[in-house]
Amino acid sequence: MTAQTPLVELRDISISFGGIRAVDGVSLDLHAGEVVGLLGHNGAGKSTLIKILSGAYKKDSGEIRINGKPVEINSPRDARDHNIETIYQTLALADNLDAASNLFLGRELTTPFGFVDDAKMEAETRKILARLNPNFKKFNEPVSALSGGQRQSVAIARAVYFNAKILIMDEPTAALGVHETKMVADLIQELKASGLGIFLISHDTREMMDLCDRVSVMKNGQMVGTERVEDVTEDDILSMIILGKNPKAAA
Amino acid sequence: MTDTTNSTKPASSDGIFARFLRATELDTRLLGMIGALALIWIGFHMYGALVNGFGAFLTPRNLWNLSVQTSSIGIMACGMVLVIITRNIDLSVGSILGFCAIVMGVVQVNILPAYLGLGHPLIWVLAVACGLMVGALVGAFHGFLIAYGKIPAFIVTLGGLLVWRGAAFLVARGETISPVDPTFSKLGGGPSGAVGATGSWIVGALGCAAVLGLIVFGRRQRVKFAFPLRPVWAEAFLAIVGCGAVIAATVLVNSYFWPRGIVQRYAEAEGITIPEGGLFISHGYAIPVLILLAVAIVMTIVMKMTRFGRYVYAIGGNPEAAELAGINSRMMTVKIFAIMGFLAGLSAVVASARLNSATNSLGTLDELYVIAAAVIGGTSLAGGVGTIYGAILGAMVMQSLQTGMVLIGFDAAIQQVVVGSVLVLAVYLDILYRRNSK
Ligand SMILES: Nc1ncnc2c1ncn2[C@@H]1O[C@H](COP(=O)(O)OP(=O)(O)OP(=O)(O)O)[C@@H](O)[C@H]1O
Ligand SMILES: [Mg+2]
Repeated sequence: MTAQTPLVELRDISISFGGIRAVDGVSLDLHAGEVVGLLGHNGAGKSTLIKILSGAYKKDSGEIRINGKPVEINSPRDARDHNIETIYQTLALADNLDAASNLFLGRELTTPFGFVDDAKMEAETRKILARLNPNFKKFNEPVSALSGGQRQSVAIARAVYFNAKILIMDEPTAALGVHETKMVADLIQELKASGLGIFLISHDTREMMDLCDRVSVMKNGQMVGTERVEDVTEDDILSMIILGKNPKAAA
Repeated sequence: MTDTTNSTKPASSDGIFARFLRATELDTRLLGMIGALALIWIGFHMYGALVNGFGAFLTPRNLWNLSVQTSSIGIMACGMVLVIITRNIDLSVGSILGFCAIVMGVVQVNILPAYLGLGHPLIWVLAVACGLMVGALVGAFHGFLIAYGKIPAFIVTLGGLLVWRGAAFLVARGETISPVDPTFSKLGGGPSGAVGATGSWIVGALGCAAVLGLIVFGRRQRVKFAFPLRPVWAEAFLAIVGCGAVIAATVLVNSYFWPRGIVQRYAEAEGITIPEGGLFISHGYAIPVLILLAVAIVMTIVMKMTRFGRYVYAIGGNPEAAELAGINSRMMTVKIFAIMGFLAGLSAVVASARLNSATNSLGTLDELYVIAAAVIGGTSLAGGVGTIYGAILGAMVMQSLQTGMVLIGFDAAIQQVVVGSVLVLAVYLDILYRRNSK
């Protein structure tokens, strides 16, 4: 697998906010059919790194390659054009709109006359949410009326609906119940099997060891190290997060 | 989990009213606004009847005039809804109105007749086109400064309030321009600026057809996608109330007749002899009212059925999410302010046609009435929430208060006190309503 060109290559990516180097010379790659986990303490730069890939931020320096080709991602639209879908940590939902409007925001289905086709969008939303969260019932209410987990389901549905090739999930299960978390884990396995590349961010090391093929640890904007999950123990990962050193590299 | 379940009690324990609301899917705030309007109307009428010995409010004449007076504010309120939904404000609409009115006045009185000859049929068309274009350009310019210059809308339009009022003065050096082109003046209403009895019945028939069409189409869509349906009695109720309202409005405007003097002149000009009991010619719907209606329909379609409208709401609900969804919110801001300016230009047509002249002070303080109309109509200053029909109802509430107080003889100072207080009270009620419905 590693012999193929990676789906995504992030090379030497840096970005600063004011004086803070939020991401500092980070390199990382992702293959098709692979799940790469990003770990690190709060403020390590995980969300910032993936927001550069999703077009929310513009990098100061570095290079992004997709299927080996250098690409410029300057806006969320550019990212979508490269089949990159993102579940943001903040979910990025318009609270005053219902689930269907959020799911299709920016990509509304339209009737032949060019009007938004609300009925069709609601029907599609019902279909996809039935898979993710069968208890979901509130289709005609603004998402502000939903629970944290229900909102997260909407954000996940939005990312998986559009046949992404590259999926970014920033703490997708933070607000989910046990059952819903299990459904997302199953979904990740299923998407991975169908050949997607997935970046997964989470603070749950246990879950990451189960779901990921490789895990990367960041600290203070820098990459501590990337390891295959078979090669490390949970404790190794924890010490990487806390100490900011890779025990394998030191050994 | 943080689920705040909107306790959906079993249907049997709900009152008849709650079941009625659920079946018809009418929202309580719409009913509340209609109720408030009815109270205002009846209140003024009763006050007049009891205190002055004559209830002048609920008469065809007054209600017809009310409809015409509501038009100018109502047209602009439709645009203000978009501005406020996207968390902006426009304080300059009254001044843009004045500026557009003066530009149109100069174009049709001082410029065009020299080239086309006085009374040329194209004069009013070109004048209106100029006014609308100037309005849209001024609005777009404001939007550009707000979106790309990142200057707060409050400041840009506060500046605009002064700039365009001053510019209106400069264009005509403070002179009043009149009389306007005769065809143009029809756009302001009056006996010759209304569509008459037959025309009004045609409008009414179209209105009823639209009500029925919407109900049938909506039901068919729901069947197609297997969504829950409204009970048949609820659909029938909506159809009857909708068509009933249209017919009642048509009967009303048709029972306001031309004043005797105008009938006399008309009869002489047409060579008709006036019969014994007098000649009754209905006004029918006034043209400015039809303009408002057209604006309302178009804007409702834009807000509910187009991507543009969806993005307006999304930007208001969560600007960051809208941006992440690939929406160009800066360009949206420019377009929204351009629409606002365009509608201010349209209001200028109605207002100056009604006066049969253009003055640089036209539309003074209108911005306050327009903002008040939108806010009373349920547009939230926090952004993300608001409807076109609400804004028009809000404009009717404002205008009804104004007209009612004039009718019962309140002086200007009391009018200001009342209108100002009502605005604050309405917003407070709105806040209470939202808190309870959470
Ligand atoms: N828009 C911004 N403006 C200024 N500073 C920012 C911005 N976004 C992120 N930062 C800073 O960059 C650093 C990295 O933040 P980031 O959100 O990437 O952390 P994270 O690893 O995702 O943390 P968490 O686990 O809490 O989600 C932090 O110091 C943060 O304050
Ligand atoms: Mg984060």
